[in-house]
This record gives sequence, structure tokens and C-alpha cells, in this order.
Amino acid sequence: MYEFSYHKSASVDGAVEAMNKAEDGKFVAGGQTMLPTMKHRLAAPSDIIDLGGIAELVGITVEGDSINIGAMTTHAAVAASGDVQTMIPMLAKLAGNIGDPAVRNRGTIGGSIANNDPAADYPAAVLALGATVKTNKREIAGDDFFTGMFETALADDELITSVSFPKPTAAAYMKFENPASRYAIVGVCVAKTDDGIRVAVTGATPCVHRGKQLEEALKGEFSSAACVGVDVPEDQMNADIHASAEYRAHLVKVMTKRAVDACT
Amino acid sequence: MPAVAMNVNGNAVSGEVEPRTLLVQFLRESLRLTGTHVGCDTSQCGACVVHVNGKSVKSCTMLAVMADGCDVTTIEGLATDGSMHPMQQAFMDNHGLQCGFCTPGMVMTALDIVNRNGNDLNEATVRKELEGNICRCTGYHNIVKSVQAGAKAMGE
Repeated sequence: MYEFSYHKSASVDGAVEAMNKAEDGKFVAGGQTMLPTMKHRLAAPSDIIDLGGIAELVGITVEGDSINIGAMTTHAAVAASGDVQTMIPMLAKLAGNIGDPAVRNRGTIGGSIANNDPAADYPAAVLALGATVKTNKREIAGDDFFTGMFETALADDELITSVSFPKPTAAAYMKFENPASRYAIVGVCVAKTDDGIRVAVTGATPCVHRGKQLEEALKGEFSSAACVGVDVPEDQMNADIHASAEYRAHLVKVMTKRAVDACT
Repeated sequence: MPAVAMNVNGNAVSGEVEPRTLLVQFLRESLRLTGTHVGCDTSQCGACVVHVNGKSVKSCTMLAVMADGCDVTTIEGLATDGSMHPMQQAFMDNHGLQCGFCTPGMVMTALDIVNRNGNDLNEATVRKELEGNICRCTGYHNIVKSVQAGAKAMGE
């Protein structure tokens, strides 16, 4: 790991101020992706601004028909939350299957979505449930947040404060996971929401995306059989040692069918 | 260099570290607590698992400065008055190790499993919960038995 300067603030304003003063600063949440990346020398920020001391970013609150999760809330806390288990059980289950127990004790929802790894789980939930990402500057609709591989709508000095998930009528997430990392080779989140049926696909392409054709098919008839005839183009799929593009395209449909079955 | 102070195995410790010093380096190199091991250094193998404020973490994937002010427990903190902790004893009784390299992390993870799941653990739960700890000798069979026996012994 290259050298860097370390800052820790007890407030959002303090963290943003430290970021503005830094030459090439990075916020660090739980560090479960950031630190391995820095150890591999794939990232070399001049300054690390640790968000671990900001109490207001931690916690889960029910706000009417939505559940608001503070950016620094760990995966373990989301998985164990009675409120999340009751209102959006799919989300608790998703959080409880990220990485492994020790990673879940450090990794956070804010860190996961700000990083926007193409194979991360939370982005699929944010997109499928139509969540709202709240920052120190504004509120960003889930549909507008993920802009490309490891890219988001966040500005350099913008910090996620919480993510608000509206309660769906029904939702399920199915992941075909890499057996070593538990990252999604393909993960599909299907939700019945006030906004209609939403399908989000992670792991398959360079950035999480809505499966619009699958949504159209499911609007006609919400059943796994309705997905059979949908064309999932191979040419946009990721291909690596874990799965070819052809296999990933196939998995998108299989995981969607399983998620639909789990919804009904 | 930043100063860090934390409580390790019940003892107040402090030191000056580079910001990039990992918690596991601080434990092993500054405090000479070499029971915590570094296996993969990529947060996959679990040999470096310690407890920070009562929760299992991979100490190769946390900066020492991030643990400032925290309570840290390592494998050295488990035995009391020369007697092994029931979970350590269970690994010995059930032949839950061969080379022993992964054992400190396995034991610390096992205690975290008991903290969250209680003393009556079924095999499926233990196997699922051990996903972040890799052993290259025993094939896990006796490790799972050890965790179940240790959990039970802790409840007695």
C-alpha cells in the first residue's frame, strides 16, 4: 500500500471539508473493497477520509412505508434488523449473503453502492426497489445513480448519507454466486412496486441495469413462463474465467425466473 | 505519525503507526502478538480474524488507526490462568487442526458464530458461517465438529 494521510471526522461537514482540502482524497466507509484495492496498488489516494466516526450515518429507521438505512450501516446490521426483515425481507436476506461474516461486520451499504462494483448485490436492490439515495447535497433516484462501471452520479465531494427503500408489494433477489467471493456472477432482483414491475440485473454487464424487456414480459403475465421467450442479448454480457457471455445471458433468464417464482 | 490507543485483550496499549499500517501488522509487529496470522492478505482466508468491539473482523482489511479507541480480542486473549478456552479445547479434543495455521482465525470466527447463533449449532449453520475461513489441511470435517462441541461446552 502506498503512503497516504489519514483523516477521521465526527461529522459529515468535517469529512467533506477534509475532502476539499485533499489533493486526491477518497472517503472510506468499511474499507472492505477500498483497502484490498489499495493493497494491490490499484488505488493510491493522497488522503483517506474515514467515515467510521460519524454516528449520524449509522442506523435504520422506518419512515411510513419506507425504510431508511444510514450509509455507514453494516451488512450485518441490515441482515439482523427486525424492521428490515419485516418490511423488506428480501433486503435483509441480500445483506446477509454478501461476502462472509467478518466482511459483513465492516462493509457498509453506502460503501457498496458508492463503489458500484459491477457484481455487487446492493445496486440491484436499489434499482429494483426504486430506492432514493440521499447525499449531503441532494436526493438521487436509484434509476439515475449508477452511471457506469464503478461510476456513479456522486460528485467528488459528495457523500451518501442514507438510502431510502420503499416497501414493495413483493420482491426477491436471486444470485448465482461465485463460490469463492460470493460476488454475483449474475444476480437478478425482481420487485412488484407502486411503480410497476421492476427487474434489476447485476453481475452480467459492466454496470447494474434494468431488464426492460423482462419487465415488459412480466407486465403481461407475472410468471416465470413469461420470461422464456425474452431475448437477452449476449453481446452486452461480461465474459471472464468464471462465465462466458453466453452463459451469463442464460443465467439472467434463469435467475429472473427463480426470483419471479419466489415473489409469487 | 498518528498515535493509536486501544484495549487489546484487556490491556491498554498505544503506539505510533503509519496510517497505512494494518491492524494485523500492529498486533503482530508492534505488540508481538503473533497468534493472529496473515494467510492470503486479500481478506479471503480468515487466518487474521480478531474481534473488534465484540465482532469478528479481518484484521488484514482494517487499518490500525481505524481501531483507535476500540476493544480488540485476539487468540492470545482467550485462555485464562493457563487453561484453554472451551472452544480451543474443543479444537484439540476433536482434532480440528493439522498444521494449525488457520486455527486462530477459525477459533475467533467460531466464537462470533456462538455469539450470534447460540450454543446449539447444527452442521449446516457452522459450514455456512465458516465461509470466510479457509483450511487447506483437514477438509473442515473436524473443524465443524470442533465448533459444535465448543459451542456446547461454552453453554455448560
